[in-house]
This record gives sequence, C-alpha cells and structure tokens, in this order.
Amino acid sequence: MFRILDARWLASDVKWFRIRAPLAARNRQPGQFVILRLEEGGERIPLTMAAADRNSGTIELIVKAIGATTKRLCDLQADDDIADIMGPLGKPTEIHACEHAVLVGGGVGTAVIYPLAPALREAGCHVTAITGGRTRELVVLEAELKTVCDDVFVTTDDGSCGFRGNVADKLDELLAGADRPVGVVYAAGPVPMMRAVCDRTRAKKIRTIVSLNPIMVDGTGMCGGCRITVGGRQVFACVDGPEFDGHEVDFDELADRLTAYRTQERAALDVYEHEQTHECGSQRLSVS
Amino acid sequence: MAMSPKDRIKIQRQSMPERDAGLRSGDFREVNIGFSIDLAQTESVRCLQCKDAKCSCGCPVGIPIPEFLERIAENDLPGAAEILLGANALPGITGRVCPQEEQCEQFCVRAKSKNGAPVAIGHLERFVADWARENMDIRQICAPPTGKKVAVVGSGPAGLTCAGELAKCGHDVTIFEALHTVGGVLTYGIPEFRLPNKIIEAEVDRLRQMGVKIICNVVVGRTFTVDELLTEEGFDAMFIANGAGLPVFMNIPGENYKGVYSANEYLTRTNLMRAYEFPVVDTPIIQGDRIAVIGGGNVAMDAVRTAKRLGAKVATLVYRRSRDEMPARREEVHHAEQEGIEFRMLTAPLRIIGDEKRWVRGLECQRMELGEPDDSGRRRPMAIPGSEFVIDCDVVIEAIGTRANPLLTATTPDLTLNKWGYIEVDDNGATSKPGVYAGGDITRGSATVILAMGDGKRAAMSIHDYLAAPAEAPAGV
Repeated sequence: MFRILDARWLASDVKWFRIRAPLAARNRQPGQFVILRLEEGGERIPLTMAAADRNSGTIELIVKAIGATTKRLCDLQADDDIADIMGPLGKPTEIHACEHAVLVGGGVGTAVIYPLAPALREAGCHVTAITGGRTRELVVLEAELKTVCDDVFVTTDDGSCGFRGNVADKLDELLAGADRPVGVVYAAGPVPMMRAVCDRTRAKKIRTIVSLNPIMVDGTGMCGGCRITVGGRQVFACVDGPEFDGHEVDFDELADRLTAYRTQERAALDVYEHEQTHECGSQRLSVS
Repeated sequence: MAMSPKDRIKIQRQSMPERDAGLRSGDFREVNIGFSIDLAQTESVRCLQCKDAKCSCGCPVGIPIPEFLERIAENDLPGAAEILLGANALPGITGRVCPQEEQCEQFCVRAKSKNGAPVAIGHLERFVADWARENMDIRQICAPPTGKKVAVVGSGPAGLTCAGELAKCGHDVTIFEALHTVGGVLTYGIPEFRLPNKIIEAEVDRLRQMGVKIICNVVVGRTFTVDELLTEEGFDAMFIANGAGLPVFMNIPGENYKGVYSANEYLTRTNLMRAYEFPVVDTPIIQGDRIAVIGGGNVAMDAVRTAKRLGAKVATLVYRRSRDEMPARREEVHHAEQEGIEFRMLTAPLRIIGDEKRWVRGLECQRMELGEPDDSGRRRPMAIPGSEFVIDCDVVIEAIGTRANPLLTATTPDLTLNKWGYIEVDDNGATSKPGVYAGGDITRGSATVILAMGDGKRAAMSIHDYLAAPAEAPAGV
C-alpha cells in the first residue's frame, strides 16, 4: 500500500498529491512516470511524476479528474492508500543544453514540463515557460513555475488571464521576438496543442520534444498497447519514450488511438456517478 | 498390484474427462476435470516400467517418471507425490501446460507399437500434484539459514522454481516482480481455463512458507539497477528471469487501427486485469463479434479461445502453414476445435482493413501452399497468386512472437547479449557478470514453461555452488 501524505486542489478538477513511494522515488529522473492502480479491480494508468525526493521516499503527482479512475483518485486525500505504484518508468528527459529553452504546457500537461525547468536551468539554459488553459480557472502551477523559470507566460482562450489565445500563438509571438535564440521546445498537453506547437517550430527548425500519453497497460513494453508511429517507425511509448521528437510523431494516429475506449470510458463514468449519488462506492471492492 | 507386461499392454490409454465444450466456451473455468483415482491407477498401470526410462530423459527437469507412476499403481499417493515434488517444484502447473507430446510422452515405449498411445504422463502428474495440494502438508523443510541473500528478478516459472530451490538450500531469497500480481506469464498470459489462478497461488504460498520474500511493483533496470541490488542492497547473487517482453507485430498496413491487439495485450487485459468483468472492474476490452487471431502457437490458441469466451460469434485462427506445423500443444488444438474455433490454415495476412473511423473491419489474406522444407525443417509456405480474400472481422489479434525486453539489459552494460538482445548464459546458467545468472525467455526467446523451470532449477544449483565457494574477488572489481 502507498500512503497519500498530502493532497490539495490546484484547480477545480486538478489535484496535487505527495505520496510515500520510496522505490519509485529512489531513481526517478525528470520525464519519468509511474503506473498506478488504485485498488483491487482498478485499471493501471500512467502518470508523470512532477517531483520526487529520494531522502523522504516521496513522489508528487498532479492529476486531472477526467475519467472514472482519475476522478476516484482525486476523491482521495491525505492518509488514504493506493494499492500499487510501479516505477520509475520511461526514459528520462533528454536535457538539451542551449541558450534558451521554452517549456509549453497545456492544462495538466504543465505538470509534465514543470519538473524539467530545474534540470534545464542547471544545464545553463534560460528557461521560459508558457502555460495555458481555456480559462483562468484551468491554469495550473503558475506560481510554482515562477520559482523555477526565468520567464513565465500565461495564456487563456477567453482572455480571463494573461495572453488571450492558446499556448501555440504565444509561442509564435515569443519565437518572433525572442532576443535569445530558442534552442529547444518541450511540449506536453492535449494532442491538438502538441501538434500546434510542432507546426510552429517545424518551419523554424527548432528541436521540439513532446511527452506522449497513449493508453498503456503494463508499462514495461510487454503489451504493445502504447505503440505509436514516430518517423514512420513503430515505437512503444513506455520503453522507447514517453518523449519523442515532435516533428516526427504521427499525431493523427495517436489522437485516434486515444479514442479506442470512448464508449467504455463513458460507461465507467456512469458507474462512478451512480456510486456518488448512491454512496455505494465500496461495492466494487467485494469483487476480487 | 503385480501385473504382467502382457496384461499391462492390453490396457488402452484413459482419456481426460473434460467439461462440455458448449458450456465451457462461455466461461473461464478449467476445461479438464482431472483423473479420478480409478482412472489414474488404470492409466499408471499402462507404464511398462522400462529400466532405461526414455521418458525421463525427455523431461527438462528429469522427473523419475516410472517411479512415481508405480507408486500411483500401488495406491501410494504420498509416495508418488514425494518423488514428483522432489524433482519438480511446480507439478500442478507443468502437468497442465507442458507440451508432453514433444517431451516425456514422445519417448514412451507404448507409443512405438502399432496403434499405440503413450502413457498419459502429463495427466498423471496433474493428478498427483492436485491430490498432494489437497491432502498433504507439503511444507518444504529448508536447510539452516546460510546468511546469503539472493535476488530473483521475475516471478514467472523460472523465477518461482529458482526461488524455491534456493530457499530449500537455506538462502535468503527475495523475488522482485514488476506487475502488481505474482506469476508472470502464468498469470497474465495463460488463461484460467488452462491454468486456474488458485494453482499458482498455492505454489506461491508454499514459497512464502519457505521464507521467500516477494516484492511487487519493482522494475529491475529502472527501480533498481542490477548493480544497485548487488552493492547497495547487499545481494550476494542474482537470477534474472524477467521474461521475453515486447510483442512483435507483422508490419502490415492497418496495424494501428482500433481493434488490433497483440496477444500479450489481449490476454493481459483479460487474465491479469479481468476485463471480462468490466465495468465492475475498470479495465475495458474491445469485444468483437468476429475475431481473427494470427499465429499457430499456444499463445495464439489461448487468444482465440479467450475471444470465444468473451462472446465472439466467430473466432478464427489464421495460420500460414498447415495444421501439422502448428507449434501449439496438441491438446489445445483439440480443445479449440471442440469449442468451435474456425481454423484457416495455409492463410497469410496481407493487410488489416479499416473503416473511415479507423475501426477494424476485415483482414485481407492470401492462400498459401507448402513447398520445400526451410531452415526450420518445416515445409515453406508459398503464396498462391490471385488467391486474395477478406475475412470479415472487427478485432485482429497478432500472436506471432516476442522480442527481447531492453529494460534490464540497457542499464546493465556488462551483461553479454546475443544478436537478438537476449542474455547469453553458459551451461550453468551463468551470465558474463560474476554472481549473476539468467534463465527462461530472457535467455531463450519465446519458449515453454517447463524449459524456463529447468533453467531456474539449474541456475539455483549453480548459485548454490557459487555461494558455497571460497570468497573470490567480488563482482565489479
């Protein structure tokens, strides 16, 4: 069992957790993830570690309550337990030392780029972060980014906070006017957002690394469910990634494969919502 | 029960009682019911007690087969169990999943005569193992603690066997398992209708009673490197049995459409994650009406029979050679036929057809004929021009093999690998790294449960010798 030590909401549907998981923490490097299973009968889901501390044996996760499992996870609080946490998984982020690195996070994808900032700063980069959401309420980690980045820009689609527009538009503006040449862009977030970022950097030939989030089961390369096409070649996000050269990724295919279980995800949400209204959440646990 | 060879030879092979094919293909309970004591005794008397027992030579772990069969015939089941368990730590598992027709039973003298059939050694092994589990206290007596710590990577058949043998010798054994459940391929791969989980749980409980520690959710190569286990964590030796790993895809068009699975994923979702109980459990699976499985081995057979149990109206097996070349166990082919699996032999897939939303709608294939024998000694399948046709289906499962998992080896640079990325070992199971041994699929590629167990047993003996030897320069110096 893995104990939640601390938890708090960052936005109405985004929650931060500090969890005791000494084995996942001990060798964790930025860019790596864990596979988590909430309870008996739960599914295995991959989540990027926002931070980890080897000495205290803790990891930090930032989770958007979007499907049945992430909603159940976000219902948990300090002193609750999680059945299984396996990790660290995936290759660590390739830290590309250059004069100016730009981090682009869309929504909860900001939790994926946030841990890269200290490593890039250590490598001597000037680090700029762009974080965005549809509206002010959905922008997360702005304050935290400010402590680890040189510049932070916030974007909202409705203009309720910061730049009005999306993160790719802001990136365009930045690339056009930057006094330091941008050597690398790291992007994480919804597929359309990562695709938009790559479209902007491709013409300018700026190395762009994206962190991908396909559906996974085991996370060790055994099932092949997370296969994606990069540069015309089949790769597995869990062992070959999760970060890839964004200019080579087949985003259409990734977006399509992410919809494979849409019907079942809706059914699982119905079960979750039914449990919420009837307060019989523990029934699931009787099946083992 | 003294009976002359002449009388023995008159007895016909007893067949295994099975659950009705129509009933069983709708659930995941075990197909074989098991021998009764009467059937077991009748069958065991068929053994002619050859002095030069070829059957035992065909067994990768060298079970003294005539001896345990004779005890059954004498109604001495505890005696039979003692002999069997002395040679094979997991007989309840091997009795169910070994390809006996290629091993012990292939060499049975009873199979040599006209219309002869070998003694049903596998079924008798299963019988004795099940009887022992239910009727005996099979707690193993272990040697006094040696104070030596051994790490076992992976809790599949090789790891479990090695751990048991090392614990017997008094070593302090810890198994590291990557998944949340113990058993490796026995749990995520082989379906319950062939190998019920309770059999695996019983074997694992026995290891725990012997003092073996099991830690799940540890990916050696990431959570700990091999060197960290040997230095920081203080292990004196290690056995690597982390399995084969990555599924191979055919590299035909349409493989990334929705509804295409590797057999590993399809079986893991079903066996490990119990997706057939969705939405009571959280892991979903795409339940097709018409499912095509590509391949001819045991994994293909498990996948196609699982598809039937998940409710497929038509479950088809597509194999490019003929039935004679299929590597699957004969009993599985027989059971699959009874359960209404459609066999499309001499058929090679060309591409997967999808609709405008990229859902699988069919598998385009080509008919084949057999030519001259190839390198494997099997007749080479050759395409018949103009024979293309489409199998209508909404799920395609590829079961064509696996390749080496790089997670552990990539972070252990001083392990010598062969050209396919599998770990090289010598006849004792030793790797190029002192104190580190390996076995099972990570050394062989896709093989069988019993070969993995044989590796585990052999490596345990080598590790025991290594730990007993006077201290040499420690690893890494």
